[in-house]
Amino acid sequence: MKNLKVTTTILTMAFISLTTMSCKDKNEKTNEESHSEMSHEHSDNHHDNDHSEMNHDTMNTSNNMKDSNAQNTDAKQVLVDYMALKDALVATNKNEAANAGKKLEITLSGFNVSSYTTEEQEELKDIIADAKEHAEHIGKSEMDHQREHFKTLSKDIMDMIAITGTENTLYQQFCPMYDGGSAWLSMNKDIKNPYYGNKMLKCGKVQKEIN
Amino acid sequence: MKIVKIIALVLLACFVGIQFVPTELNQSDIVPKTDFLLVNNPSEHISSVLQESCYDCHSNNTDYPWYNKIQPVSWFLENHIEGGKEELNFNEWGTYSNRRKNSKIKSIISQVEAEEMPLSTYTLIHRGAILSNSEMSLLINYMKKLKDNLE
Repeated sequence: MKNLKVTTTILTMAFISLTTMSCKDKNEKTNEESHSEMSHEHSDNHHDNDHSEMNHDTMNTSNNMKDSNAQNTDAKQVLVDYMALKDALVATNKNEAANAGKKLEITLSGFNVSSYTTEEQEELKDIIADAKEHAEHIGKSEMDHQREHFKTLSKDIMDMIAITGTENTLYQQFCPMYDGGSAWLSMNKDIKNPYYGNKMLKCGKVQKEIN
Repeated sequence: MKIVKIIALVLLACFVGIQFVPTELNQSDIVPKTDFLLVNNPSEHISSVLQESCYDCHSNNTDYPWYNKIQPVSWFLENHIEGGKEELNFNEWGTYSNRRKNSKIKSIISQVEAEEMPLSTYTLIHRGAILSNSEMSLLINYMKKLKDNLE
């Protein structure tokens, strides 16, 4: 009888552990999805407060500035999300960066390219597919990986802006030290390095002024 | 005591039951023209390293271990492979744009360098998939060269 008890316990434990193992990944996925939706809403509110609260890069996204061109709004929102991500990296804040990455991923997914020429559409779709993957990884990685992906993402966003244009004045800045030299975009002329944060906040220079 | 017995029987029945749930296997005899090895034609050594250490989860053809016959192990593996292929499918290399290729190679280098790939849960059983130091630098140097040629 004792033997039976032991056997059943082992069997039960084995079964439960196997079952939870196989379900784990799926659960994680669903959690992530609901998380990103939540953070989406959260950061929406966050942006409205940005103007008054923080001295960060912000753009005027209020309604009286409504753009006649829906496509421009998408590109603009991508920039807003990108700048939020950049600020989180400057602050070396992993969680904020992850949330910004998730938000950017959602914005990129909804990007409407239909008003551009066929050639531009092809290019934009390619850029968006690539940028989305980087944003997704930033949403679930450690700081050093987030920064690695941010480098390639920055290149994508620069190429995107070259097609969509922007009404904001942007500064393409460059840090010669990170990974053989890495660029990023900022709304401020002052250097705040997203690749090193506080470690080397002032490292870099303005490479190009856009607009 | 009776309850324990009943629970055990129910669990056993479940365990036996799920063995009959079919899983779709990641297996294909066709190697498309877009395959990484066909597109880039690396040395035999690099080809065998990639196939041994990467292709099980990053291609359309997995060399399954015997325990894949047992559920729920099979589901667990399928989940893994699905995720792996989503990130990178060597069979579809030729369909990626230069921009995507560049990003993929960058991630390959970074993951291999950090010893995050191949996954430790995978090499735990697939001892042959473990990259030796020389294999690692061989692979990384090759990928770096490939990346430079893209730019």
